[in-house]
Amino acid sequence: MKKLSYDVVIVGSGAGGGTVAQQLSPLCRQGARIAVLEKGPRLQDHEFTGRELEMAQALYEDGGGFLTADGTMTLAFGSCYGGSTAVYTGTSMLPPERIIRHWNVPGLEHADLEARARKFMVENNVHLVEDDAINQNNRLFVEGCRRLGYRVEQFPVNIKGCRGSSLCNLGCPNQAKQGTDRVQLPRAEQNGVEVITRCEVRTIGERTLEARVHAKPAGAKGLPSPWEPGEYQIEAKLIVLCAGAINTPALLLRSGMGPKLPRLGQGFTCHPAFIMVAEHAQPITNFVGHPKSYYLDEFAASDRYVLETCMYFPFITAKSMAGFGAEHSAFMRAYPRLQMILVLGCDDVIPYNRVEIDASGKPVVYYRFTPELIRGLIRGAIASARIFFAAGAQRVHMPVARNTTIEARDAGRLDQIAGEAEFRPGKVPVSAAHLQGGCAMGSDLSNSVTDAYGQVHGMPWLFVADASLFPNSLEINPYLTIMSLADRVSERVAQALSPAHLVAQPNL
Amino acid sequence: MVIGMPAAPDAESTLAPLRPVFRAVVTTVVPEASDLDEQGWRELEAISESLLRDRPAALKRQLQMFLRAIQWLPVIRYARPFTSLKPAARTRVLAHLQNDPIQVIRVGFWGLRTIVLAGYYGRPEAGRALGYAASPQGWEARR
Repeated sequence: MKKLSYDVVIVGSGAGGGTVAQQLSPLCRQGARIAVLEKGPRLQDHEFTGRELEMAQALYEDGGGFLTADGTMTLAFGSCYGGSTAVYTGTSMLPPERIIRHWNVPGLEHADLEARARKFMVENNVHLVEDDAINQNNRLFVEGCRRLGYRVEQFPVNIKGCRGSSLCNLGCPNQAKQGTDRVQLPRAEQNGVEVITRCEVRTIGERTLEARVHAKPAGAKGLPSPWEPGEYQIEAKLIVLCAGAINTPALLLRSGMGPKLPRLGQGFTCHPAFIMVAEHAQPITNFVGHPKSYYLDEFAASDRYVLETCMYFPFITAKSMAGFGAEHSAFMRAYPRLQMILVLGCDDVIPYNRVEIDASGKPVVYYRFTPELIRGLIRGAIASARIFFAAGAQRVHMPVARNTTIEARDAGRLDQIAGEAEFRPGKVPVSAAHLQGGCAMGSDLSNSVTDAYGQVHGMPWLFVADASLFPNSLEINPYLTIMSLADRVSERVAQALSPAHLVAQPNL
Repeated sequence: MVIGMPAAPDAESTLAPLRPVFRAVVTTVVPEASDLDEQGWRELEAISESLLRDRPAALKRQLQMFLRAIQWLPVIRYARPFTSLKPAARTRVLAHLQNDPIQVIRVGFWGLRTIVLAGYYGRPEAGRALGYAASPQGWEARR
C-alpha cells in the first residue's frame, strides 16, 4: 500500500468538490498540498461524442442505471471529472428564500447564500438563452402556459459558446457548459491542486483515507489516473467530502461512523420525476437547441410539483415512457414531432427515505412514494397535458392513466383520466437527478450530521460540502446552492488550516 | 462495462441461453424489431448483454428465471409457451406482468423492458430510422 500525505483532501469533483478546490487553491501558493480524489474518469474533449449509450456509460454512475432498493426509481448522477455538473443542462437557480427559511438551520441565512450564488453566476457566465436560439419544443411550452394563464419563467443557464447540440445530458461536445470541469477545477489545478481521477475512496478514519486507484478498462473513454493503479493510504489534516447525496453518506457509513452520527443517511429527497410526451402534427425543432429553457413553479408550494421543458435521446425517451408495443412505438416513430415536459414532484423528508450500505459497502437507497408526492405528480401530469393541448398537440402520452394515449378530444376530462390509482411503482417509469440530504446541516447530533458550515459534529478534521447537506428538498435544481454552501465550507476549512500548520513535504 | 465491446461468448452470456424467448419479448415490446436481420439482432443483443455484464450474478440469474417464467407460464392459460403464441396473446401476457398487483413482478418486467429498449433504441440505426439527428454542430447542422 502506498502512503501519501496532504493538507486537504477533497473527495469528489462536482459542484461541491470543484468549488472547494478552487476556493482553497490560493493556499497552494503558501505551500498547502491539496488533492481532489474523483472516482470517475477524466475525458478528453474529443471523447464527448454525444452518442447516447457510450456517453452514459462513461459519465454516469452505473451508466445512469442506479436503482433504488426496490427497483422502482432510477437515480441519475455523474461519476466523472466535474461530477454531475458535466452531465446536467446548466440550469442555474438562486436558492429560494422560502425554502432556506423553511430549513431553519441556525447560522444559515438566505441573504448569505444568495450573495455567494450571484458570485458564481458571474463566474460561470449564467444568463438567459437568447430568444433566437430557443427551439420549438421550448416555445410550445411557453405558448401553452400563456394560453392557460400560467406564469412561465426562463431558466438562467451557465453556457458559453453554445451551438445548440441539445446533448447537454451526455456531456457537452462543444465544451460550452460551464460546469466545474470547465471553470473551477482547471483554475484549481493551475494554482497547484492535484486532481486524481479513477480514485475510489473506500473508507476514512481520523485524518486518513484508504483509496483504490483503478486501471483504465480496455476500450474505455478517458485518461488513465495520474496515480498508478493500486491501494493507497493518504494522510490529510482536513478532509472535505463532496461525493454527493448518495456516496458521501455511504462513505461515512462504510467508515463505521453510523453510531457516532445517528442522523447519517437520513433525510434523503430527490424530486422524483417522469416525462410527459406529446405528438404534434408537424415536425418541430426538438433535438437541436438548448433542451431546457423554461419552467413553471407557481404550483410548487400549493400543489407540490414543478414542470420543466426537456428533450431526451431515443433510448431514454423510450425507457421513460410507460407501456410497450404498438402505442409506445407510435410515439417513438413520431420523434421529430414530439414535445416533452418533465414533471418533478416536491418530496419532503420522511423517516423511511434514506441511504444505507449493503454488506459489501455499496450504497443502497430506500425510497417510498408518499401519497402527497403521488398527488403532486398526478397534478403535474394533468397540468402538462393541458399545456400540450393548449399548444396544439394532437395526442399525449400520459404515464399515469389506464390507457396511456390521450387524444385531443379528451382534453376536457383529464381529471378523470389521470389518477393516483394508476401510479403503480414499477410500472410508471420514475427517475430523479436532484439527489439531496443524508448529511443534513443543523444544530446538534439529534437533528443533523454537520453544523451550518459543513463541519461534522465532533470531528473538527472532517467537513461535508455537497447536496447531502440539505436538511430538506430544495424544490429547484440544486447546483448553485451546492456551490454556495461549498463556498461557506471552504472559508471554514481555510480558517482551520492556518498557515502555521502547513507542512509542504513532497510525496515520494 | 464498455458499450461497443465485443459481445460475450455464449457460454458467459445471460441472454444467449434464452435467445428465442428474449427475441419473442423484444418483438412484442418493439414490434418493428420483427424487421431486423440477423446482424441487427446481434447488435441489439450485444447492447443488451453489455448492460448486464457488470451486474451481480444474482441479478442475471433472476433475469433468466424471469424469462423462463415468461416462456412457460402461458402454458397454463394458452396451452402453449410464449414463443408459440400469436402477437396479440404475447402482448396480453406481458401486459399482465406490467400491471401485476405484486410490485416485484412489475419491477422485474420493467427491468427486462429496459434491457430490450436499450438494445433496440441504443443502435444508431434505430435513431436514424426515427429521424433523430442530433449533432454536436447543433443549429449549424440544420442549415
